[in-house]
This record gives sequence, C-alpha cells and structure tokens, in this order.
Amino acid sequence: MTVLGIDNVSKSYGDLHTVCDVSLKLDAGERVALLGHNGAGKTTLMRMVLGLTPLTSGQITVLGMAPGSRKARAAIGFLPESVAFNGTLTAREQLHHFARLKSVKTGTADELLERVGLTDAMNRKIRTYSKGMRQRIGLAQALLGQPRLALLDEPTSGLDPISRHEFYDIVDDLAKAGTAVLLSSHALTELETRTDRIAIMSKGRLLANDSLSALRKTARLPIKVEIRTTDETAQQVAAQLGGTRVNGASISLEVQQEEKVSLLGQITGLGGLVKDIDVTPASLEALYRYYSAPDPEKK
Amino acid sequence: MSTLTIARLELLIARRNMWVATSLVLMGLFSSVLTLAGGAPSGTLGVDPLLIAITSITTLSVYLIPLIGLLLSFDTITGEVDRGTLALSLTYPVSRGEILLGKFFAHLLVLGFAVAVGLALSAGLTIWKYGSADLNYLPLFKLFGTSLALGAAFLGIGYIISALARQTGVASGIAIIIWLICVVLYDLGLLAALVADGGGVFTKTVFPWLLVANPADAFRLINMPVDTVSTLASGLGGAGGASGFGVQMASLLLWPLLALGLAWAAFRRIEP
Repeated sequence: MTVLGIDNVSKSYGDLHTVCDVSLKLDAGERVALLGHNGAGKTTLMRMVLGLTPLTSGQITVLGMAPGSRKARAAIGFLPESVAFNGTLTAREQLHHFARLKSVKTGTADELLERVGLTDAMNRKIRTYSKGMRQRIGLAQALLGQPRLALLDEPTSGLDPISRHEFYDIVDDLAKAGTAVLLSSHALTELETRTDRIAIMSKGRLLANDSLSALRKTARLPIKVEIRTTDETAQQVAAQLGGTRVNGASISLEVQQEEKVSLLGQITGLGGLVKDIDVTPASLEALYRYYSAPDPEKK
Repeated sequence: MSTLTIARLELLIARRNMWVATSLVLMGLFSSVLTLAGGAPSGTLGVDPLLIAITSITTLSVYLIPLIGLLLSFDTITGEVDRGTLALSLTYPVSRGEILLGKFFAHLLVLGFAVAVGLALSAGLTIWKYGSADLNYLPLFKLFGTSLALGAAFLGIGYIISALARQTGVASGIAIIIWLICVVLYDLGLLAALVADGGGVFTKTVFPWLLVANPADAFRLINMPVDTVSTLASGLGGAGGASGFGVQMASLLLWPLLALGLAWAAFRRIEP
C-alpha cells in the first residue's frame, strides 16, 4: 500500500530550482534513505510532504490526502534536522503537550521517553540537555501515535555510536509495525544494512532510487578482493592472479561482479599459498559518489 | 481542544517567564503605592477613597497595560521561528488560528491575573484604611473589564509585530515604538492639533473620534470619573468625552478583534 506518493514535484524560488521533477513512492513498512549533499533538496522535499512549503508543480499525497491537511499531519511523525524545544519546559511536559495535540494518551508519552532512554532525565528542564538528549526527545515525539509515515531528517546527528545503533533498532520496529520510514543522513555506512532502498538527490534532482544491490549492479563499480599470503609466496600468487602487492604479504585485486566467482575458484586452486581473503563490494559511499557526480558521461 | 492544549503549554511557559513575574510585581507594587499615597490630596472632602485610587490606577494602567500586553506578545511568533520550534508545532494536526488563539487565551489570563492582583490589593488597602462603608465597587469591575479589553488589544498588536518582524530583537524594538506612539506621542500630537485649531472645526468634529480611535484613550475616557475628579485626570479627558460611552466601548472591543484578525493573516503567510 502506497503511504507516500511524490509525483513530478518541483520547487523553485525565482530562478533557483531547489527540487526538480522528483518522483518517489514509499509503501507501508519500507525504510528508504534519502541521500544528498547539503543543499541537494532533501529538506525542502520533506517540508513539502509536511505541507510547510507549497509545491511549485507536481503532486504529493500522504495516504491519498493532501500534504498539510489535518488528517495527513495526524498520520506523520517528523523529526527535524536541528530539533529545538522551549528550554524552560521539561521533556515530560513537552512530550505530554505533543501527545495531547495528536490525541494520544499522555501515558504513551512516558513510555516513549523510557524507550529513548530519558526516563531519569524527563523531569529536568530541556535547556540542561545535551544535543543527543534533545535529539532523543525529537525521536520520541516523532513516534507518538504510531505514525503511518515517519520523516526523519538527519536523525542520528549528535548521537553517539551506541545511541545510533539503538535508534536504528527503533526504526526497524517502526517499519515492522507498518510505518513507511523516509530518513536522510550523511552517515552513509550506518545506512547500508538498515534500509531497504536508497534514493540519491543532487542539485534538486533524484539521480537514483533502488535497493543497494540493484544500485551496485547498475553502477558496475569493481569489487575489491584482498588476498593475504606470506612474504615468500606473494610474488608467485601475484603472478598467477594479477593484481598489485600491498604491504609485502598482501595482494589487492579489483573485479566486476560476474568475474568474482571464477576468481574465487582460482584462489581456492592455490591451496595453502593463500592465508586469508577479504571481498568488499562497492561501499555506499562509493556508490553515492558515483551517482551524485556531476559528470554524466561516466554512466 | 487543540486551542486549550496550546494555552495550557503557554501557561506552563509563562510560569517561568521573567516578563510575567515583572508584570505581576509592577501591577501589585504600583497599585499599592497609588492607593496608599493617592488619598492624600483628597483629605476629608468626602470623595469615595476607592474612586480616588481607581483614578490613579487608571492613569497608571494606560501606560502599564499596553506595555505588559506588548511584552507578553512581541516574541510569540518570531521567538518560535528564531528558536526553530514553530516548524515542528506546525507539523502537528493543529491550525495556525488555534495556535494563535491558544496563546492569546493564556496571555490574557496572565494579564488578567496581574490586573486582578493589583486591583485586589488596592481594594484591600482602601478597606483597611477607610473601612468598607460607602465604597462603590462598580468602577473597580469596570476598570478590570476594560483593562482586559485594552490588554487584549495590545496583545493582538504584539502578535502582528511578532508575525511581521524577522527577528525577536527587531520585534522588541518595534513593540517599544508602538507603545510610545499609542500612550504618549498620539496624545501629544492631538494636544498640539487642539492648540493649533483653537476650538475650531477640528476640535468639535474630528478630535473626539481621533481620541477614541486610540484604545488607550478610549480606556482612559471610560474609567475617568470626569464629574468628580476631572482635575486629577489628563487634560485631554474632559475635551474628548463627547464621543460617548458606546463608541468608547466599541473602540475597546473592536481593537482586539481587528488586531487578532490581522495577526492571524500575517501568521498565515509565515513559512517557518
């Protein structure tokens, strides 16, 4: 079921085109990562979905409803990029307020504060909170009322590695319960295993929108294979497989996907000459650089 | 329902707001001092001591209530835009009209509380000093009701400033200028025009309407007991009485509606 439909959406401020002809669909339970440089148009796109910024052209629907309509807003959980609250309030007061606005029981707000690990600090004023703690309140409010669509703009900025891990666990739970999750992030490595689909934006355009494996297939970026041998046998192995010697006892090779299996067969044939192998497919970072590069000829 | 939720949060914030505490202290302090010292000129002439106090408090309120109204409201919208809290609020199922109205109710409650504390102190001190016999409480309630209307007008004006100004600092500057114009310069201008006209057409036809068009002056005209202690009041009061109670009340009641309507229109145009 389509939760979010973005069809040929553009946004211009005079001659400045911040979003150009973007089409994107999110189904229930899907986790989609929206990647792009600063100023690529990710935040503008999210603001248009929220109804905060009017569209120049195109159409957006949230569960079939117009963006910004009361029902659409009730179905969305949003975590802004730099989330801010009134510092004189406590986290509990702030979250109870948001719960009331969403017609959710205040008890749910307390449960969410516990889920994001703020139970001990919830009666302290927000002005005493660290950036990471404020981000947790932001996440808790975005989860209020089990939203059908979660829009998370740079959700892990300010979080430490452990908190990031916990954050993605919460995102997984949301998706399992049927929420469509659209999240933008600069921290590419953490997204690789935590999302179903990657959408890449650059200069307002959507340049890629597919699963990680499909993006790898299309980009045809080489797979890196590193073989560890000994100082004595490295030369012999390099002569048989090709590749370059690294650090004396290691050999580095780059192959395409279709050559991978035959190479692994060759390596197995070398028997005891090989001590260890590492096979690394193109990282999301490399894919991101590939798809967002300005040179169109490389494709 | 959302309006009440917004009002509830705004009251929580107001509880810890420096301006609210200042307003309460100002109203309480000035009302007490004016009540205790205000009786001195009347001596034992037989004038209702509460009326003397109310006259003094009215003169003070003309300055203080617009100031408190503007102080409570000038950063309502621009402050939220500056802090970055408005965008998140607007992603919740609540309309801008409900947000504005919720904040207005909370601010009016705070202002009403400050005025009530001041007037209660004044009445209490008068009873303590002169006894409760022969006191007329009606002007006290009239002062309270019109203070709310005057406060509401300036809360609305504050929201307009807050929705139009780009930064909180700018909004506070504009608020002070508006306050100066409404409670000081406007009257001075009218006075200068009166003197220049020398009792001509302007004085008889235009002036009473111009005077009552300013909510602060309408408030003064309603609450000044012209017949009894006009000498204590502003010189403009006697000359402007021609517009009548109905017009004065209409001015006081229309201003909040007009200001809130304009503030809502300006707020709707904001893209947080």
